[in-house]
Amino acid sequence: MQYSSQAVAKPYFIVAIALFVGQILFGLIIGMQYVIGDFLFPAIPFNVARMVHTNLLIVWLLFGFMGASYYLVPEEAETELHSPKLAWILCIIFTVVGGVTILGYLLVPYATLAEITGNHFLPTMGREFLEQPTMTKIGIVIVALGFLYNIGMTILKGRKTVVNMVLLMGLVGLAVMFLFSFYNPSNLVLDKYYWWWVVHLWVEGVWELILGAILAFILIKVTGVDREIIEKWLYIIIAMTLITGVIGTGHHYYWIGAPEYWQIWGSVFSALEPIPFFMMTVYAFNMVNQRRREHPNKPAVLWALGTAVMAFLGAGVWGFLHTLAPVNYYTHGTQITAAHGHMAFYGAYVMIVLAIISYAMPLLRGRAAANSEKAQVWEMWSFWLMTISIIFITLFLTAAGILQVWLQRVSDTPMSFMQTQDQVMIFYWLRELAGGVFFIGLIVYLISFFIESGDSSATTATVDVK
Amino acid sequence: MSDKFTKAMARNIFYGGSLFFILLFIGLTVDTSSALPKRDHRENITPQVAMGKDVWEKNDCIGCHTLLGEGAYYAPELGNVYQRRGGDQGGGAFIKAWIKAQPSKAPGRRQMPQFNLTEEELEALVAFLKWTSEINTADWPPNIEG
Repeated sequence: MQYSSQAVAKPYFIVAIALFVGQILFGLIIGMQYVIGDFLFPAIPFNVARMVHTNLLIVWLLFGFMGASYYLVPEEAETELHSPKLAWILCIIFTVVGGVTILGYLLVPYATLAEITGNHFLPTMGREFLEQPTMTKIGIVIVALGFLYNIGMTILKGRKTVVNMVLLMGLVGLAVMFLFSFYNPSNLVLDKYYWWWVVHLWVEGVWELILGAILAFILIKVTGVDREIIEKWLYIIIAMTLITGVIGTGHHYYWIGAPEYWQIWGSVFSALEPIPFFMMTVYAFNMVNQRRREHPNKPAVLWALGTAVMAFLGAGVWGFLHTLAPVNYYTHGTQITAAHGHMAFYGAYVMIVLAIISYAMPLLRGRAAANSEKAQVWEMWSFWLMTISIIFITLFLTAAGILQVWLQRVSDTPMSFMQTQDQVMIFYWLRELAGGVFFIGLIVYLISFFIESGDSSATTATVDVK
Repeated sequence: MSDKFTKAMARNIFYGGSLFFILLFIGLTVDTSSALPKRDHRENITPQVAMGKDVWEKNDCIGCHTLLGEGAYYAPELGNVYQRRGGDQGGGAFIKAWIKAQPSKAPGRRQMPQFNLTEEELEALVAFLKWTSEINTADWPPNIEG
């Protein structure tokens, strides 16, 4: 850690990991409700548990992005953070707002929550991923503005590296696109059309800029490769991201009432969306192969390479699998979508946040460049347990999805939705099993933080190769 | 990447390419906006339909069901439920009776909560689902089962 104000990243990372644990616990609950329908009913209905699962994911990733920014922006800008105090205050506000919102989901019926938070003044609730009360959304905007101010001022007074500028563009884009969550017309078609401006243009747009910037920072640090080369790659990757991904939004416009020409635009451009992810994989491995130093933090390198590969598989390959309109006609809104969602989010965003945490945490905790050998081994075990589990979750959901499509959509004598669900039950059991292994991996991950850095041999600073 | 391909070129592709496709996207959105009224039949969005959407949202129906294929995949698609359950010949009555009868309490089966909707809210929800079933969705879903 080169600047003392970077230390503020630590509480963000800790909150992120805590919420991650909550997300997985609720994932296990809804996974169980898929097989034992009345599990925890009526205490925690499926829709409530799912809302907690997805909202916690989004919020902990945001905490991760913010922590990453507070860590890397001062180092890139070569200056102290504009206001560590503001960063601390915002961390507390965001944690409280998030915590109260989750408690609201769990403790009162959703309709009551809508009532007491004054949803009727500006109705924005009850839409997938944007279930937060309007007041919470306003809170998120305030936190985002304060955060952008803090990061922006820091960048302004310091060195303006490509990593910082790309990160800033991503973060501004994140905040701007979120504003569309306040637009909720009575016309469902319009509602859906612009809902995707938040959801798609986040995860297949501006978030990828954030991902690219964080990955570039880590690669510069752990490989020692010339910044010029990495920045060139970063530009070309995010160029391909936006060139393909913006029009690629069209793959969500096939069946929601928009004109048929979106089937052409959406298919062609989203078929190209794997390209930036493929490039990211090639680039990450190239940079590590051309490394000019042996960084002692092996898990950080592993997470960085892992995110490139898994993002390509989850977002790229599994996205392509069902993105062409003639295919999507049959797969739209089935377990295929769920399969893609799980691996894409894990690969692209969970892993990049875990990568920056892995890189930064030892430094934030004053352990020189890396944790002890033993702690690293635990962390790498957690990497493999969680990553292999998510691959199996994805495969089982894909199997369920293919069967579902066949029985319910393709067949000449289509089964009803619930009949079909009974037929694919075995895959839901297997998915839950894989989820259990994922949870074990998460516990191993948590344990890795509490393993003392006993011997100092592994924590010595970077060794240059040449 | 080769040395002839410079960082400045990569940067220009990023800014130029992104800007071009963002403008194209906005252009397509403008065109879509003008095409939508014929497809969504917005003239049929009565205050009752609007209220129905509000009921739909306030009870987080999307947390279990899909609507035009979007939402959770835990419970049946409802974009065409009005037609599936009889259309103008009893579709509305079926939906209302179904919602009132929940939860089924059948052991081990997926349970839909009891939302205690008023008659007015039920009527509005039916109106919203009827309107939704009339959106031109390019012939999706493939069959009536959704």
